[in-house]
Amino acid sequence: MEVFVVSLLNGLVYGMLLFMLASGLTLIFSMMGVLNFAHASAYMIGAYFAYTLSLYVGFWVALIVAPILCGLLGAAIEMWGLRRVHKNGHIAELLFTFGLALIIEKVVQMTWGLIAVPYRIPSGLDFPLFDLWGTQFPAYRAFMLLISALMFLSIWLGLTRTRIGLVIQAALTHPDMAGALGHNVPRVFTMVFAAGTALAGLAGVIGGNYRVTEPGMAFSMGPIVFVVVVFGGLGSLTGCFIASILMGLIQTFAVVLDYSLADLLEVFGFVVTKATPGSEFLMVTLPRIAALLPFILLVLILVLRPRGLLGTRDT
Amino acid sequence: MTAIQLTDVRKSFGRTEIIRGVNLTIPKGQRHAIIGPNGAGKTTLFNLISGRFPITSGRIEVNGNDTAGLAPQQINHLGLSRSFQITSIFPRMTVFENIRCGLLWSRGHRYSFWSLLGSQKALTEEAEQLLERLNLSSRRNVYAGLLSYAEQRSLEIGITIAGGADVILLDEPTAGMSHSETDYVQHLIRTISEGKTLVMVEHDMGVVFGLADIITVLVYGEVIASDTPANIRGNRAVQQAYLGEEAA
Amino acid sequence: MSTQTSSAAAMSAPSFLRRHGLWFFMLALMLVLPWVFYDHEKGRHSGFAITLLSEMALMSIFALSYNMLMGQAGLLSFGHAVLFGVGAYFVAHTLNFIRASGLPIPVELMPLVGGIGGLVCGVLTGYVATKQRATAFAMITMGIGELLTAAALMFMTFFGGEGGITTDRVVDTSIFGIPYTRPIQVYYLIVAWAMIAALLMFLQTQTPLGRMANASRDNYERTQFVGYDPKVIRYWQFILAGFFAGIAGGMYCLVYEIVTFDTLAAVKSANALLATYIGGAVGFFGPIMGAVLVVGMQSGVSLHTSAWLLYLGVVFIAMVIYAPGGLLGLFANHIPIARMGRLGELVVPYARILVPGLMMTLGFVLFVELTTHQTINAAQGKKFSLLGFAPDPGGTMVWLSAIVAMIGGALWVRHEGRFFMAKWNALIEDAKARGIVA
Repeated sequence: MEVFVVSLLNGLVYGMLLFMLASGLTLIFSMMGVLNFAHASAYMIGAYFAYTLSLYVGFWVALIVAPILCGLLGAAIEMWGLRRVHKNGHIAELLFTFGLALIIEKVVQMTWGLIAVPYRIPSGLDFPLFDLWGTQFPAYRAFMLLISALMFLSIWLGLTRTRIGLVIQAALTHPDMAGALGHNVPRVFTMVFAAGTALAGLAGVIGGNYRVTEPGMAFSMGPIVFVVVVFGGLGSLTGCFIASILMGLIQTFAVVLDYSLADLLEVFGFVVTKATPGSEFLMVTLPRIAALLPFILLVLILVLRPRGLLGTRDT
Repeated sequence: MTAIQLTDVRKSFGRTEIIRGVNLTIPKGQRHAIIGPNGAGKTTLFNLISGRFPITSGRIEVNGNDTAGLAPQQINHLGLSRSFQITSIFPRMTVFENIRCGLLWSRGHRYSFWSLLGSQKALTEEAEQLLERLNLSSRRNVYAGLLSYAEQRSLEIGITIAGGADVILLDEPTAGMSHSETDYVQHLIRTISEGKTLVMVEHDMGVVFGLADIITVLVYGEVIASDTPANIRGNRAVQQAYLGEEAA
Repeated sequence: MSTQTSSAAAMSAPSFLRRHGLWFFMLALMLVLPWVFYDHEKGRHSGFAITLLSEMALMSIFALSYNMLMGQAGLLSFGHAVLFGVGAYFVAHTLNFIRASGLPIPVELMPLVGGIGGLVCGVLTGYVATKQRATAFAMITMGIGELLTAAALMFMTFFGGEGGITTDRVVDTSIFGIPYTRPIQVYYLIVAWAMIAALLMFLQTQTPLGRMANASRDNYERTQFVGYDPKVIRYWQFILAGFFAGIAGGMYCLVYEIVTFDTLAAVKSANALLATYIGGAVGFFGPIMGAVLVVGMQSGVSLHTSAWLLYLGVVFIAMVIYAPGGLLGLFANHIPIARMGRLGELVVPYARILVPGLMMTLGFVLFVELTTHQTINAAQGKKFSLLGFAPDPGGTMVWLSAIVAMIGGALWVRHEGRFFMAKWNALIEDAKARGIVA
């Protein structure tokens, strides 16, 4: 029971973090058709910015400033980079962001070194919030939940209550229609790209110290965010939300459930030993393939239901 | 023998019914034109016949075969070929290669990755003859994407007829062309449809009345008349629905 | 893309040479190059040079096979290394099997064994991946790549876990009696297979499948209406690409005699992508140029700097923005101007852009190297030096000059770029007017 509740909470925290990253990517992907490979790089940069800023001005200022810096960076990338390659089609755009992700990783290595930086949880939040059957639940995780919930709320309000939000919503499902609404499409694109990057940066700020801040964090996080976006479906933030939480829970629970196919077979009376054909495959435990699960899901969903969970059109 | 037989064909997009119970029989060898105001569902009808979209209900037969559940290429194998209203060619291949792509399947080349096309003399010759007929010989080695609009329209027709299908669907072959170009294409269509079944959607009434044996008038997804050009000209219902009240 | 002339041109010797001269040139170059780096004092070949040349040859084949998907069929794969790696594993196991069982399978056939491995892998993974195209295809291949890389670390029997599978190419089953103890012997075997594979891939572009792959890249919907199923085209094309990637993997195994999960991993796939794009996906020979360049940077530049991947990334981005046709495309763009005989008029504009270009590049490299030194190399106790100079990396002047050269050079390049483009556009307009360009 305690394992279940603790895992549930952890899965929720991770899922919300994923959503913060994936929501921006869903917006960008749905509206502009750009599968932004550099999206997770913004997450990494957010974490590093926050680390450096928190050394000088403290975590709380970094929490505000780092995402803004990421947003500005995103706007610059969209205006001076992406827009130039746009005329060469989606593949060129995809390759552009792919190259960008490569460069950003190297630049981060050059600036902050090859190993992880000691980006720590602020001391004001470094205490156990409550006790669950002897397992402590850190206050910082509750704080992460709070921030993501606030962000979720503001995205929702922004999209449903503002004029520009309504345009974006229209453009999500019918990208070609946005121009017909009489809006400055390039500016809307820049704004969406910047906002998405800023969100990813925010995820970096609060995720970097929860996990690790190191140059490989973008490349380990990137594919998972893709999985979430595809799983949730193009043009659907709700789908993206469900997929994020689901992915968070799947990955958290997979780590704690120490079972293999061999254990399952044992329930039915088959005992798998080293001599059984395929024993190597049967005896792999769930925690060991936890990292694989997202990709299995990705391939399955793209083959079976390319529009994802709640998507309005095919990927 | 009928080339195309539509029986109570319906198509809905969401809640809107675009094609509302069309019945149509086109016998082999006929030149058939479909006319109607914008949004009548002419192109949609082509998309249904050629398998680009599945029908919602009804039945479509091509050369006597039910096309339900068939992919476009399978319908093509039944002997039907179509062109597109919005030019649909292979822009980064040469004009010659475009035509040859249209020829390959019907000449039995399938997915072969062992036979070299350069050594297929008959194939090359056939493609070149067609280029000659299309007046595109001088543009043989130019990338199709670099052709002028009228040339691309000719190429579009060329790709469509290259495979030798006996049922040919042309979607607005003269759209956006000048008078002389239209005359040329009309002549081209007449020669290529010799001995074949031709169905075309066309706005230019000169072309329609000049070519068609039978004209079908489609309005809001329904056939309101299907008759010879002379009878269509005198049909009051057509004049009212299509040409507007003042003409009636 | 080559278009063969239709008129059955008499195959006289000079025209044959002119048409296929590039192939003979490549072969001659590959045969001669090891002797250029021959160490006469020690009386043997330079091991570094032989390994580098072997790597270039096998990466060229890998990149060419990648281009069967990217350039020919418009399919962007992020998991192409899976096919390469499985081919390599196949060969490692086959060599070990030959050693254990004494079965006389010639070593010379090992690349073919790798090809079969790649083919099998292509049949399996391609079945899933080619159901989709465009972005969905890219993501499925990425997913498959990640899956197999992770699986390689998990399953010991076939992949050998982290240690990989080691093998020994000296199994004495050669048809020609060659022991393959020396790298140069392996190199010539690789040259032979590289030529065969490249030639086969080139011929494949002129088959119905090859042309229809082009067609489905250009307009997949239209291919359906001329009777082809684009999914079947993609699947066949993928399987063939797998075969050739597997051949490259087999060569890899022969050269290094160890195969680890790295051969399957995303970095390897990315290398194929970078090489193909930088070289130029639009023509057949582009990927070879790209592979030589990427391997050269990997092996040559990486000796001098740890930031080589950054430079590669910057070159790549610059290509995506300014030269989507890659190096080959850049050359090809000059052909109409050369045909007019006015290439000379570009000398001055090129010279004018070269000076600030060099300045910008040097400033950028100096800046990057200084930064890398501060964060990474200094900690490893290395001394700073660049092109023979060894300025004090802590000095203000050297940093300042780097930044000034970089930014000043960039602004200057921008200025000269306008002049260059004006001249360029005028020439192209002229070529159009004369009907040299359509």
